[in-house]
Amino acid sequence: MKVKMLSRNPDNYVRETKLDLQRVPRNYDPTLHPFEVPREYVRALNATKLERVFAKPFLASLDGHRDGVNCLAKHPKSLGTVLSGACDGEVRIWNLTKRNCIRTIQAHEGFVRGICTRFCGSSFFTVGDDKTVKQWKMEGPGIGEEEEPLHTILGKTVYTGIDHHWKEGIFATCGQQVDIWDEQKTSPICSMTWGYDSISSVKFNPIETFLLGSCASDRNIVLYDMRQATPLKKVILDMRTNTICWNPMEAFIFTAANEDYNLYTFDMRALDTPVMVHMDHVSAVLDVDYSPTGKEFVSASFDKSIRIFPVDKSRSREVYHTKRMQHVICVKWTSDSKYIMCGSDEMNIRLWKANASEKLGVLTSREKAAKDYNEKLKEKFRYHPHIKRIARHRHLPKPIYSQIQEQRVMKEARRRKEVNRLKHSKPGSVPMVSEKKKHVVAVVK
Amino acid sequence: MAQDLQALDSHRKEFKNESWWEIRAAKSLLALREQEEPEDLPNDYPSSTSEDEGEGGGEQKHQKLLEAISCLDGKNRRKLAERSEATLKVSEFTVSSKGSGERLVLSDLLESVKTSSSLATVKKQLHRVKSKKTVELPLNKEEVERVHREMAFNKTSQTLSKWDPIVQKNQQAEQLVFPLVKELSAFAPIEHVLNGWKAKTPLEQEIFNLLCKNKQPVTDPLLTPVGKASLKAMSLEVAKMRRAELQRARALQSYYEARARRERKIKSKKYHGVLKKGKAKKALKEFEKLWKTSPAVALEELEELEKARMMERMSLKHQNSGKWAKSKAIMAKYDLEARQAMQDQLARNKELTQKVQVASKSEEEEGGEEEEGNLLDSDAVNEAHMTADGPNPWMVRNHSDDTKEAEIQKDSEQLPEPMANEASESEEEERPVAEEEILLKEFKERQLLRKKSGLNQDTKPVGRQETKDSSTQEVLSELRALSQKLKKDNHQCRKQNMGSVRTVQREGPAGEEEEFLLLQRLEGAQTLEELKELSKGCFQNEELPRPALEGQQLERNNQPSAPKKKTKEQMIDLQNILTTKSPSVKSLAVPTIKELEDEQEREQKQMIKEAFAGDDVIRDFLKEKRETVEASKPKDMDLTLPGWGEWGGGGLKPSAKKRRRFLIKAPEGPPRKDKNLPNVIISEKQNIHAAAHQVRVLPYPFTHHRQFERTIQTPIGATWNTQRASQKLTTPKVVTKPGHIIKPIKAEDVGYRSSSRSDLSVMQRNPKRLSIHHKKQLKKT
Repeated sequence: MKVKMLSRNPDNYVRETKLDLQRVPRNYDPTLHPFEVPREYVRALNATKLERVFAKPFLASLDGHRDGVNCLAKHPKSLGTVLSGACDGEVRIWNLTKRNCIRTIQAHEGFVRGICTRFCGSSFFTVGDDKTVKQWKMEGPGIGEEEEPLHTILGKTVYTGIDHHWKEGIFATCGQQVDIWDEQKTSPICSMTWGYDSISSVKFNPIETFLLGSCASDRNIVLYDMRQATPLKKVILDMRTNTICWNPMEAFIFTAANEDYNLYTFDMRALDTPVMVHMDHVSAVLDVDYSPTGKEFVSASFDKSIRIFPVDKSRSREVYHTKRMQHVICVKWTSDSKYIMCGSDEMNIRLWKANASEKLGVLTSREKAAKDYNEKLKEKFRYHPHIKRIARHRHLPKPIYSQIQEQRVMKEARRRKEVNRLKHSKPGSVPMVSEKKKHVVAVVK
Repeated sequence: MAQDLQALDSHRKEFKNESWWEIRAAKSLLALREQEEPEDLPNDYPSSTSEDEGEGGGEQKHQKLLEAISCLDGKNRRKLAERSEATLKVSEFTVSSKGSGERLVLSDLLESVKTSSSLATVKKQLHRVKSKKTVELPLNKEEVERVHREMAFNKTSQTLSKWDPIVQKNQQAEQLVFPLVKELSAFAPIEHVLNGWKAKTPLEQEIFNLLCKNKQPVTDPLLTPVGKASLKAMSLEVAKMRRAELQRARALQSYYEARARRERKIKSKKYHGVLKKGKAKKALKEFEKLWKTSPAVALEELEELEKARMMERMSLKHQNSGKWAKSKAIMAKYDLEARQAMQDQLARNKELTQKVQVASKSEEEEGGEEEEGNLLDSDAVNEAHMTADGPNPWMVRNHSDDTKEAEIQKDSEQLPEPMANEASESEEEERPVAEEEILLKEFKERQLLRKKSGLNQDTKPVGRQETKDSSTQEVLSELRALSQKLKKDNHQCRKQNMGSVRTVQREGPAGEEEEFLLLQRLEGAQTLEELKELSKGCFQNEELPRPALEGQQLERNNQPSAPKKKTKEQMIDLQNILTTKSPSVKSLAVPTIKELEDEQEREQKQMIKEAFAGDDVIRDFLKEKRETVEASKPKDMDLTLPGWGEWGGGGLKPSAKKRRRFLIKAPEGPPRKDKNLPNVIISEKQNIHAAAHQVRVLPYPFTHHRQFERTIQTPIGATWNTQRASQKLTTPKVVTKPGHIIKPIKAEDVGYRSSSRSDLSVMQRNPKRLSIHHKKQLKKT
């Protein structure tokens, strides 16, 4: 007679080491696990709530400057090093891990208008109101040595911005015209103009490195080709653009921070319509910087807040502010895409988390799995009213809040008027202009 | 002018009579004069000029006329009128001063000798000039710059559009892991790694020493020093030869391999069979040879065979317990081939397990023969269960039963009753083990007989009731006898049941037939249900009138027979089945296991009943339902106001008439959905609280609500998915590694060729413009 016995493979239930998780055999029969949607919904709701609970983005404030911080620069090779230039001509180098200043240089008289690091991280350049371009060594001087720049170039006019080439020893300055300099030479190897106006910033394209973008105070954004030594195209917007930033993953995309409270993302091949208009700020946008992943960017505004926008969304996903933070002049996203730094009027540099509720440090695999699951749940149920409401809720300072309300009223009024005009005029006589096209005045070839 | 006119007039007078052509000439002259008029205007001759002047003038005129005439001939060539001036020189020979400036040059005379080819060259030149377009005005500086810019822009946008596919790919990617380029961990050669290494522990040192002694490679694993040395020592020819040898060996090997593969792939059974037989024959021959030449070795081989036999006996290889054998066993009933295959296998088993010793006992052989006989006789199905030791006694019994049944069937059809009885009795004696079954068979037999008689009776036109009665009487008597036998056997194990039944027995009036009934049930009713039925029957018996009771009894009597029919249907003819009245009720002889199960069930039911003795769930539910129905009904409105039109106050109620008058009856709502479903409450109220959690508008990327619902309905958690699946479902879109610098995307990373020339070199090659503006600035300063 055959006797049937229960026999199991010990591999299925014996752990290899004591540290392994106990293997729990599970029955995935759906009838045993009913109500999957309501249960996941509740989980998503909890995840969203917890995200808001843990949203503590502010990490540190680096104080030491004796005037407003005017410009910031990242170190290309070291995540923990940041450079900042102040309105009194002082340049400081910070160590982010220790959150202290490691070096102070009195670089210029007057403002430090621009600062940039060399692609290899060995030196950095500053421009100031004293019409000079200075190159500095990244390492501090030895004991007894004086703090001196490697090179100093005396210019004819004030330089308002500087940016370094991403691969070669070339840098570009802007002021009355865009100058391209060889590091070895004291005069520019090429200079490009288009009209006569002061150019506020110039940026090299990080991917196609011969491309440059600049914005001038006569409301236009000009693109240049360094190889052909010619400007390419100019787009004139409603108001002045303060800075632009190129997307580090998409060669032809750049975002412009505008005075009219908006940011415009352009495809440089089609400048007549921006790809996306990002609006949420309630005052002029002063600076913008892309996340190194190219999926998001951060913008600093005169309304004392910084906002994080997804590239493909017109509304911001996050707003950071503190009581003490004044007009934010410059902002940078660190190159590991985890942190954001902003320098503001009241002499501080602030360090924020890019993901407000993210847990810092090493995660165990279970934590990671839980995090992923929660993220996915939030994404899955993001259209549900309760979850949407909780996820969107942010506390805002009163001035910003009331400004937003005001803006909303104004916008609604404008819209209504437009609609009425459309309604009461001969069909076809009043054209419908989309929001994207509204802000572009002209494209000059 | 007047003079001219006069002269003309005089001419006219002179040549009045001239021929007609002269008139024409004059006409032409007129025209000529008219042409000359404006030119002559400035020559103001004094009107007082004398006649000789007029004479001279007349000569001039004549000359002109001549000229005009000459002009007229043929080609109508006309010299342009020359301006004549008043000259101071007046020639004596009345030669006019006209043409005085002209001088005949020799070259002029010669010209006429030449051909007029010079004109062609001019023509050519003209053509050349005409074909060359005139150079347009240069564009102004701004325009030029604009053109430059446009060109440059087109070029740049072209170079940029190579990024389109990559951007698109990255946007659609399920997951992007940053940094995009993984830093490859460099593989250093072992020598470099081992450079700083030294053997420290004694074991390591020992191994190291050994390696050194044998000249094994410590660092370079490819060639030992010996190998290297041998390589060096080998001459070219030897090396070549060796290589050729190796090649040949390789080729041979591959050839054999291919052949073996081919042979293995042949599917023909015949081929393999022949092959096997051939091998076996060969082996046999060899063995015989061996036996003759060296019996010791042969014995050894025999021993080996014995060993193989032992192995075979131990193993289950040809035991009909494998998958194949089982499947064949199922097929064996229908398929002759399968049966054959089974038999073959068994035979093989036998063959393998048979002792090879020549000195085998006759008895054993006989036994073997017997077995073989059996095997040949019996069904393949039974064979399947046989072991080498002999057929399973249980199976044997079954088998024999079957055969007997067949016999009985034949008997019942052909032989009279006593004969069959005798046969069965004899069998009973032979096999006391299967007593019960045989008893049952007996009973069956009789029943069959009875049915036959019944059939016979049916054909007769006699009153049916009587015949039935008689037949039942017969059956009853038989049954009684049988049951007594059975009772003896099962007496002890069913004491309990008996007791319970006995009580019933005591209560009910015991008629002859009822008594039998009880007896029969005593044996047959083994389950609780049956007992219940039984007791019911007893109680009914008290009340029911006789005829009804009889009918019942009849049915009951037929009860036990039915299941047996079921089990041995092959015995029964179609007609028999048709004649039976109640086709299926529970059997008398239910297997004991089932009995036990039923008991367990009963116990469980009892326990549940005890546990939930207090609460009547059903009643509660009904009550709840009633309440919900009431609550959901629309309410009547009572609008009576106490004190209006009558006295009001404490303890006073508005009058019934008034209440009736002011009562507004609510209209009856639609029927409830659960009106006809007694076990369900369907709430018809929509849940307002749930609505707050629901999505009201279809979100943007979705085009149909079903699409959206589907995304919501598929769970992603580990509760509903396997670990791997849930991991896959919850992969984040963007993964960044902490502490890694993410650099901008590069052309080389995505497989594009980055421009070989650096931007700087390109710029230096065409330093075409330091812009004019800037140059100016430089000059200024």
